Amino acid sequence: MLKLVLAIIRRDLRLALRRRADLVSALFFFIIVVSLFPLGVGPEPELLRKLAPGVLWVAALLATMLSLPRLFADDHRDGTLEQLALTPQPFALVVLGKLLAHWLVSGLPLALLAPVLGLQFGLSGDALWVLCLSLLIGTPALSGIGAIGAALTLGVRGGGVLLSLLVLPLYIPVLIFGAGAVDATLTGLGAQAHLSLLGALALGGVFFAPWPTAAALRIALE
Amino acid sequence: MYWNSLAEFLAMGKHGVYVWGSVGVMAALMVLEPVLVIKGQRGLVARLRRQFRAENAEKTSRQEKR
Amino acid sequence: MSNKHINWFRFASPQAFYPLAGKMIPWFWALAAIFGVAGLYVGFLVAPTDAQQGEGYRIIFLHVPASWMSMFIYLVMAFWAGLGLAFNFRLSGMMATALAPTGALFAFLSLWTGALWGKPMWGAWWVWDARLTSELILLFLYVGFIALQSAIDDPRRADKAGAILALVGVVNVPIIYFSVKWWNTLHQGSSVNLAKSSMAAVMLWGMLLCALACWMYAIAVALMRVRTIILERERHTDWVRAELIQPADEV
Repeated sequence: MLKLVLAIIRRDLRLALRRRADLVSALFFFIIVVSLFPLGVGPEPELLRKLAPGVLWVAALLATMLSLPRLFADDHRDGTLEQLALTPQPFALVVLGKLLAHWLVSGLPLALLAPVLGLQFGLSGDALWVLCLSLLIGTPALSGIGAIGAALTLGVRGGGVLLSLLVLPLYIPVLIFGAGAVDATLTGLGAQAHLSLLGALALGGVFFAPWPTAAALRIALE
Repeated sequence: MYWNSLAEFLAMGKHGVYVWGSVGVMAALMVLEPVLVIKGQRGLVARLRRQFRAENAEKTSRQEKR
Repeated sequence: MSNKHINWFRFASPQAFYPLAGKMIPWFWALAAIFGVAGLYVGFLVAPTDAQQGEGYRIIFLHVPASWMSMFIYLVMAFWAGLGLAFNFRLSGMMATALAPTGALFAFLSLWTGALWGKPMWGAWWVWDARLTSELILLFLYVGFIALQSAIDDPRRADKAGAILALVGVVNVPIIYFSVKWWNTLHQGSSVNLAKSSMAAVMLWGMLLCALACWMYAIAVALMRVRTIILERERHTDWVRAELIQPADEV
């Protein structure tokens, strides 16, 4: 079972790295969106520091949304998805592999880039570390929940926007605990509770999402 | 009963706008919703009837040609 | 000797359900009207003025039933959708699709009446308290369900996809509610408590009657809507043709 998941991860990574432009543009989207906020609300440092956790987390959500349609669309287009659905191995494991690969090329880079952007908002070292950690823990949940949405909207009219409509409300708990963790660090309350809950959401998201996702993919393939 | 006059009832202790605004919108939408459903039903029925009539006419004209 | 047992599964077919629904609809409207008049009577004419909130509190007789119904309908919708997914009952899926707009309506009304209640009481049209925020998110979930089903052309796929979304939503609603509550208590921006702490029995009765009225209304409208959906989906069958053809159409 593990071998299958690893094989899928390896394959998806190889394919994703061939289209590096897509990955990089998602990261630049993240950077641009984050930069829009100070331009919108003014450069006052106190305000920016308060806004930073929310802004960075929301931008991360939106950047993840951008990369989700690609999760299944490429494989669907060339028929690979159908082949994967027909194998004797559990389809949910294939989905798990794709989900983890997606995290590696979207969530992980975001988590590593965010602290750099956090500096623009005047976040302290502690807060930067918690920001990175919260994104590392939270983005797998985003990939998981997002996979469900991507599967449901596979090949459907209005794809990307519809996907956002479906998935963003479901992202809200992750946003609350993720941004809350950084916020708690800023106010000195400690991020332990937030990060634990975030971890629970991530585990739940990653391990439960493959089932509805696989079901939705089968429906899309019928 | 509780209100001394109709005027008092409508004023709702200076909260009239809010209370009647709520009642009004709620009532309006709960009337609008079924009205829209009925309109949709009638439209669908009319469209289907037109379609069936057209199909019937085509069928009979084909039969007459034979 | 007639067989007194009704085979309820007979009504799982759209063809059999269509006339049954047609007969039930007026009864539910009647019940809605009765409960509605009773509830509004209790709420507006019998219930006393609130000590702290004056007359404006009477909006709860609209706000609370709308909230309850928005949440209840989501559960029922998810139930029917799930049943349709699991057992391939087409009618189940149609029922879920029929319920969604009404549920969304109640979610919107809950927010609207909540805002109109909040403004005189706490001075703001909108407060980010746990319940109103959760209600807003519930409205988003409804809109997502409706949007997804509208975007998919194939009705069977739309039913199944909607079912998965609704079931995922149902699982998430408690998580969302809990996280929003957490978010609200931590930020303590607005220490607004929209729920009345002590409620006179009369007020509870008013809310209950109004809630029952909304429930009967919802069933009536959903049955009306599902009939339209049935006609649309089954338009290629003989029974629909027979149902709709008027004598003048026969050549």
